Formats: sequence, structure tokens, C-alpha cells
Amino acid sequence: MPTADSAAIHLEHVSRHYTMGAEHVRAVDDLSLSVPSGEFLALLGSSGSGKSTLLNLIAGLDRPTSGTIVAYGQNIAALSSLELARYRRNTIGMIFQSFNLLPRMTLEENIELPLRLAEVDHAERTPRVREALERVRLTHRLGHRPTELSGGEQQRVAIARALVNRPKILLADEPTGNLDSSTGEAILSLLRDLQSGLGMTIVMVTHERPLAERFADRLAIMGDGKLLLTTAAEKGLTR
Amino acid sequence: MKARDLTDLAVRNLREALLRNALTTLGVAVGVASLVAMLSLGVGLQQLAAKRLSQSGLFDTILVTPKNNFRGMGRPQREPASDKAPRPLDEDARKEIEKLPNVIEVYSQVRFFTEVRFHGKPFATVVAGMPESSRNSGSFDGMTGNFFSSAAANEAILQIEFAKDLSDKPESLIEQELVLRYAERQALAPSTTDASGNSSEPSGGFSVVPKELHLKIVGIVETEPAAGYGGMGSARLLMPLQTASALRAAQVNDLRDIVRDSTPNKTTYPSLSVRAKSPAQVDGLETSIKNMGFGAFSLLDASKSLRTFFSVFDLLLGIFGSLALTVATLGIVNTLVMAILERRREIGVLKALGAADSDVQQLFFVEAGVMGLFGGVFGVLFGWLLGRAITLGTNVYLHRQNLNSIELSSVPWWLVFIALGFAVLVSLVAGLYPASRAAKLNPVDALRYE
Repeated sequence: MPTADSAAIHLEHVSRHYTMGAEHVRAVDDLSLSVPSGEFLALLGSSGSGKSTLLNLIAGLDRPTSGTIVAYGQNIAALSSLELARYRRNTIGMIFQSFNLLPRMTLEENIELPLRLAEVDHAERTPRVREALERVRLTHRLGHRPTELSGGEQQRVAIARALVNRPKILLADEPTGNLDSSTGEAILSLLRDLQSGLGMTIVMVTHERPLAERFADRLAIMGDGKLLLTTAAEKGLTR
Repeated sequence: MKARDLTDLAVRNLREALLRNALTTLGVAVGVASLVAMLSLGVGLQQLAAKRLSQSGLFDTILVTPKNNFRGMGRPQREPASDKAPRPLDEDARKEIEKLPNVIEVYSQVRFFTEVRFHGKPFATVVAGMPESSRNSGSFDGMTGNFFSSAAANEAILQIEFAKDLSDKPESLIEQELVLRYAERQALAPSTTDASGNSSEPSGGFSVVPKELHLKIVGIVETEPAAGYGGMGSARLLMPLQTASALRAAQVNDLRDIVRDSTPNKTTYPSLSVRAKSPAQVDGLETSIKNMGFGAFSLLDASKSLRTFFSVFDLLLGIFGSLALTVATLGIVNTLVMAILERRREIGVLKALGAADSDVQQLFFVEAGVMGLFGGVFGVLFGWLLGRAITLGTNVYLHRQNLNSIELSSVPWWLVFIALGFAVLVSLVAGLYPASRAAKLNPVDALRYE
């Protein structure tokens, strides 16, 4: 198991508890996990097992109740709100099940948004947006709005948006959940290419074990907020 | 985020809910318009009053008198009588005062109460001599008829109230003649030599001879170009100063001249009027004249009180005008709170992409500011139009009453900038709560929001 220093992401005794009405919920409970740099990890588990909560903790969108989360040497549990925002901007790229593109913006403007937040110079923005769109093979739809695109194309735009700030970690929350199986496969294939091409670390939450087996390097299975087991994916199936 | 990106995103967001944001902006515009209209009326009234007062010549004129060692009948002495005789207000003094900086002219005031006959009927009034410079003072702008044809013409300009006393149709008086009856002051001859052959002192006394002068009425004026100091009241019959001086009409101060030890061979004046280039110069000039050893008096203090009154008046108008703007700010709060609810997920996305709380806060802040700025611009325009409409309506009414038009409202540049600044400031204050609420949104909850 990689150490906190060598791993891209290292979680140690991480818990995320909260109260909902009278109920005390242990969304993530004393979980420890390491993800080596460049690995494609699939988080599997039934609904309510704590996968998305764990992903949000790694993304710095949520804070753990206890434990430490170290990403590329940075203990993000100890970061201030401003430092967390910077971490999300520079280290993390995120894609979602429902794509979360802003409908009133064109593809180019959607992809440019993280560059605006990172205060990248105007002159540098257009080439970086084009580069990201080339990676997802959508340069010909630059001026279109998300509603004019299919689900698969929208997810590819979301991936381009996640890549444009050249993050080290890509977090995907059920990226194929809203897509048909062939489109879902195409998206995961794209993620796999990006992982190998750019050396990115990918953590993906999914329900679909067969797809995870085919495209991920390792599977982590969660239940009731705990990590039940981690296992290497059966690489031989389709790759 | 850079200011350019913030503004770009804010304007884009505002365009999204165009109707609602336009209505909110219109609310701000109405608020600013009411503020601008109220203050423009205050400023307009102030300018109107100031114009009438400046046309009276009271605020750029200093009355110079010889320094008295006595204050008048029954009044206590201001300071112990000095042994030194007071400096006479003679021709030398007049020339010296004339050389002071910012002085347009120095002239002896001729003003006397007398009788005027018109078509055989007697009318009592105050007559004043007007210097040639008053032609350009603005007091005679818009008068009926003309100013005096020359500095020594036997002509009269009547104040409208007096003209109405003479005739029901004041305009018909122009080119007609009236008779000015006055008491001419004739100096008595020096006393004859006495028995020892020594010449006695000049008597300094005078006799009073009734005289008449025919004057042609050349104009009628509605302002009061010779509003008076002291108890004399406003002069209602104006004539050229040179003509008035030549009359040597007996004036109230003449008796004092007899009592005073006057210099025999020099003209002495009971008082001199010093006209300054502007009311702002009056204070300094007054001090200089006092330092020369004369008494000086101006109505500048009264003008200061007037300014204080109008400042308070403007403040009250501003407070009432601001009420509508206060209501409009509630509209901004409402609009932005609604926007947070609608754009909850978008805020979550922004945060997931790396927006700091301050970025989200600034975004809503700029949206409030942009609404305030646009509301301010339109509000100033509406306010100006409202002021013009009120002026137009008032003038239509005045016209029907056979009265002259007035400029009731005025929107100076400072009011434009203050209104714009105030609109933006108030909008930013209104944006404080929504912006802070948006910034505090939990990104996980926001992303989950459908």
C-alpha cells in the first residue's frame, strides 16, 4: 500500500458523520484508502453506501468529521476555505452524472469558466479551450449550447471543462449514469485514454461493476460508509 | 476572479432573467427619479431665489459710511468716543476705495422719498439713482421698454408695482411723462465779514427749494433693482444716477452733514455704494474698507442664512425622495434572493470548479451594482424629465395668470453624480445579504439541488 507521501490520494481514518432529523448518519465511517498516482480507481457500492460523500471529501467540497485526507502532499482537511477553492481549481477536475453544464453558455464559454476562476490570461484561454475540446473531439461544436448536444456529447464537454485547468486528479461521480450503455462505454474509454495519455489519477463512482472491471485499474467496494474491500480489476476482459 | 470576468458573468446572469431584472432596475430608476426630481426642485428654487436677490444688487454691494462715534438717538455708544475726528467720506476716499481690487465702481447713493405727479394726481414713492453699470447687472433683463438712453437722460424706469398704481395698463405708460416734485438743497452763502473784518466760518447750512422735473417713462421692470437698506424700502422710480445727483435733492442724511464738521472745499458723501465683482469678493472688500477707517455694511450674512435654509430644505427633500429608493432596494434584495434559489445548482458548479466564497459573493455584489448603475442612469434621466414636466406645468399655470415663466427645476452635474453614486451604493448595500447568503451555500447541497 502506498504511503501518504507517495500516493496521489491518501485517506486515513476518515469519517463524515452528520445528523438528519433525529438520525445520526455515518456517511463515511473510519475509512482508510490510498490511491497511487496515475491509477484509475472505481468506487462501487449500493445507494447510500457513502461513495459520493467520499468523492466530495476528496474533491474538497465537504470536510471530514475526523481523519486526514492528503492529496499530492496537501492535507486538505486542514485547508482554509480559500485554500480549498484553490485546491479544487488547480488539482481537481470534476465530472457529474447530470453533466452540470451551464445551459445559457456556449461550449466554449462553459469550458472557459474554470480558466476565468483561475484568472488565466485572456490570450491563453482560447488555445487551452481548443486543446481541451480536441481531446474530447468536439472542436466543431464550439459555438453550440449544451441543449443542442446529445448526452454523450454533453459529458464529453464536461470532461473537457474538467481538463482545461490541467488537474492532477479527475473525480467522476457516476459519469455514465445518464447515458446509454454504448455511449457510457465511449465515455469511459475516453477517460481511460486521458489517464494513460496525461498520467492523471482518476477516481470514479459508479454502480456498473462490469464497466468498472473493464476500464478501471482497481475497484474499491463500499458498504455503510466503510471500505469493504479493494481489488484489482480483471484487466483481461476487453482491453 | 478578474473584474472584467466578474462584470461579464454578472451582466450575462442579469440578461437571463431579463424581465424580472429590468423591473427591479426600473424600481431603482423610479426611486432615483423621485430623489433627483425632489432635489432638482430644491436646487431650482434656490437658484431662483439667489438670482432674484443677486439682481437686487444687495449681495454684491457694500454700503460705506463715515465711521461714527455715535450710534444714533437713544442707543448706547459702541466704543468710547476717540479724540481723533472720524475720516471724512470725501472724493479722495471715494477714489481710494475705487482702486481696491475687485471693485467695479463706487458711487454715491441717491435715494429720497418724494412726490410724483401723473396726469395731475399725486403719488408718493422712493426715487433712486441707478449707475450706468446696473444696465448689465441682470436686474433689467426681460424688462418692458428700454434702459436709460444716456447716463444723464431725464428718463425714468418704473417698478411694476408703482406702474400699476399709476395705470391699470402699465405697458401704456411707456413714452409718457411724469413730474417729479422734490426739494432742492441750496447751500447758503458764507457769512459776511464781521465788524473786525475777519471772515467767519462757512455756515455749512442750506435752504430747501421746491422744484419739478419732467421725466419720460422709458421702461418698466419687474425685479427690484434698488431694493433698499434700512428703513427706506425699495425704490419704485429709478432714474440715471447722474441726473439724480444733479437734482441735489434733500436727503435724510443732509441734516447730519450740517451737524458734522465738514471740509468746506471738498464734496463729502453721506454714504457710498461699492459694487464688488461678485458676492464672493464682498467679505474681503468689507474688511479692507473697514481698515481704511470707514464703516461698511453688506447683506452677505443674510445670504449665508439663506444658504443654510436651502441646505436644510434640500436635505428634507432628499430624505423624502430617498423613501422610494429605499423601497426599490427591497426589490433588489428580493430579486437576488430569488436568483440564489434559481441558480443554486449553478453556484454549486462554480464552487466545484474552484470558485471561492468571495468569488460568488462578488458576483452577486456586481449584479446588484450593475442594477443600481443602470437604475441610476435611467433614474437621473426620468428625474430630469419629471423636473422639466413640473416646470412646464407650472409655467403653463403662471402664463394663464399673466405671470412670467420661471425655471423651477435644475439638475446640476453634482446632482447627477451624487444620484448615480447613491443608487450604486444603496444597491450594493441591498446586495450584501443575498451575496453573503450565496457565498455561504454548501456546494454539496447546491449540486444536489434539482
